[in-house]
Amino acid sequence: MKQILTVASKEFKDGLRNRWLVSITLIFAILSLGLTYFGSAASGTIGIASLSTTVASLASLAVFLIPLIALLVSYDSFVGEQESGTLLLLLTYPLSKTQLVLGKFIGQGSIIALATFLGFGSSALLLAFQPSHDEVLATFGLFIFSAILLGLSFTAIAYIISLSVSEKSKAAGFALITWFLFALAFDLALLAILVGIEDGLSQQGLTQIMLLNPTDIFRLVNLSGLDSSGVNGALAVAIKSGFSTMQLLISLITWVIAPLIIAIFIFKGKKL
Amino acid sequence: MTTSLLSLNNVGKAYRQLTALKGINLTLQQGEVLGLFGHNGAGKTTMMKLILGVISPSQGEVKVMGMAPDSKAAWHTREKIGYLPENVSFYDQLTGLEVLTYFAKLKGFSKKHAIELLEQVGITHAMKRAVKTYSKGMRQRLGLAQAFIGKPKLLLLDEPTVGLDPIATAEFYQTVDQLKTQGSSVILCSHVLPGVERHIDRAMILSSGNMLAMGSLSELRSAANLPLKIVPHGIGNFVLNNAQLAQYLSDDKQTLYVPEREKIPVLKQLLALDSLKDITLETASLDQVYQYYLQDNASQPNTGAHS
Repeated sequence: MKQILTVASKEFKDGLRNRWLVSITLIFAILSLGLTYFGSAASGTIGIASLSTTVASLASLAVFLIPLIALLVSYDSFVGEQESGTLLLLLTYPLSKTQLVLGKFIGQGSIIALATFLGFGSSALLLAFQPSHDEVLATFGLFIFSAILLGLSFTAIAYIISLSVSEKSKAAGFALITWFLFALAFDLALLAILVGIEDGLSQQGLTQIMLLNPTDIFRLVNLSGLDSSGVNGALAVAIKSGFSTMQLLISLITWVIAPLIIAIFIFKGKKL
Repeated sequence: MTTSLLSLNNVGKAYRQLTALKGINLTLQQGEVLGLFGHNGAGKTTMMKLILGVISPSQGEVKVMGMAPDSKAAWHTREKIGYLPENVSFYDQLTGLEVLTYFAKLKGFSKKHAIELLEQVGITHAMKRAVKTYSKGMRQRLGLAQAFIGKPKLLLLDEPTVGLDPIATAEFYQTVDQLKTQGSSVILCSHVLPGVERHIDRAMILSSGNMLAMGSLSELRSAANLPLKIVPHGIGNFVLNNAQLAQYLSDDKQTLYVPEREKIPVLKQLLALDSLKDITLETASLDQVYQYYLQDNASQPNTGAHS
């Protein structure tokens, strides 16, 4: 455990030194404050938008941004150290591969979690000036919690990429492809199936397929609680699908743990 | 009987398409310094990785302090092994002290120990600066400090003097000698560098995964039977007119290449001359010994190991 914490605190320090924490927090804060305040501009008014509109637009923003940033922060964490020679060196230390993966995950995960909390939390602060505090807290709490899980999930996925290739540039390419597949292509494909094939997919079947994509689970968590007026696409069909928020969160947590375990297995079989 | 710190018994490592190392036998005693020489791709790094337990041998047996280094049981021996990889570049954003503290903590040592080591390698003045501002020599010193964490019993150093200026190189060899007297064993992995011969007890020469030669330098020299270089001054054409000596004369008519066993008779003859003003003697350098074994190997392939 001591080894894990040593690695974690070094990774966290590295994240601070690279300005990752500051820049991600700023990006999240500016975008989310902007959406919260100007989100209703489309309807002709400027001012703090309603809770459901805000969370709906924040969620559709976060669903693209968070995976991208998590992949960006973590894609080189192993292949980068492999190129600079420190990975080989670390493996000659009394430090197991599992400890190294977990330590890095805790360190970099904390950076992403903290940035998400601070960045999107700023919107919560703005919304809190409205009446109905309790609702804001609950909805926003769920939003931030699931956003953190989404970030952690893609951090773990980035480790799989980082451990599977031997060049940094390749890892960057695969990270981008991964982002494209999960954040964009998956939904387009689903939509194509829904529209193109008559009776191809039941509502139940659709939701089950959506569990195969952490970004869709994140959407389901955050949008199923709201009135679906602001929601469109494949999602609108899937909403009110019968999965409880708890079930969705558990599947999102699975999307954090499973890639992490796979990454450890890949690491153990990796030739150096 | 002294216990051997490290033993390799007919060790080989083969990858799918490539045999990186084969039939290596070696024992290393406490306090012994071994020089490991060979071209790039000769198998030096593979051998180090095997000793470090990062990879497992495909045949034979490696034992470090009595245990297979790639086994779980050898876990705690890792604290007693120092390693400096070739071309390592440390975390650029962190300061030298942060980097060294990180590695020290992973071996169970404190920040205080890290500061002491930075003093030892002489970069305390820069320890609060980010590593990205370091020169190549300073990075190498940081790497060495890393390898020295916890006074290791076994040190494996891959190209340790690359990037060091002559003074730092001398300091480095001093540290090696010091560690040796404290009972640490050292494996210096290097291209042949001037000055290394005074600090190693034995040398091993590797080429494409085979051990070409191993032994102390004088053993290697006599096995290679390399001639002694003698340059006499001020004796005019004496050598040229002496049939016995003329056979050793090189093309420049100045230098004699004399076999080791003829050394004393030839010297006696030369020293008897009144006109002799000066005489230069040069035994074969490590570099020449190294070249000899490499050429020897190239001219008769598949002969296996000498010794």
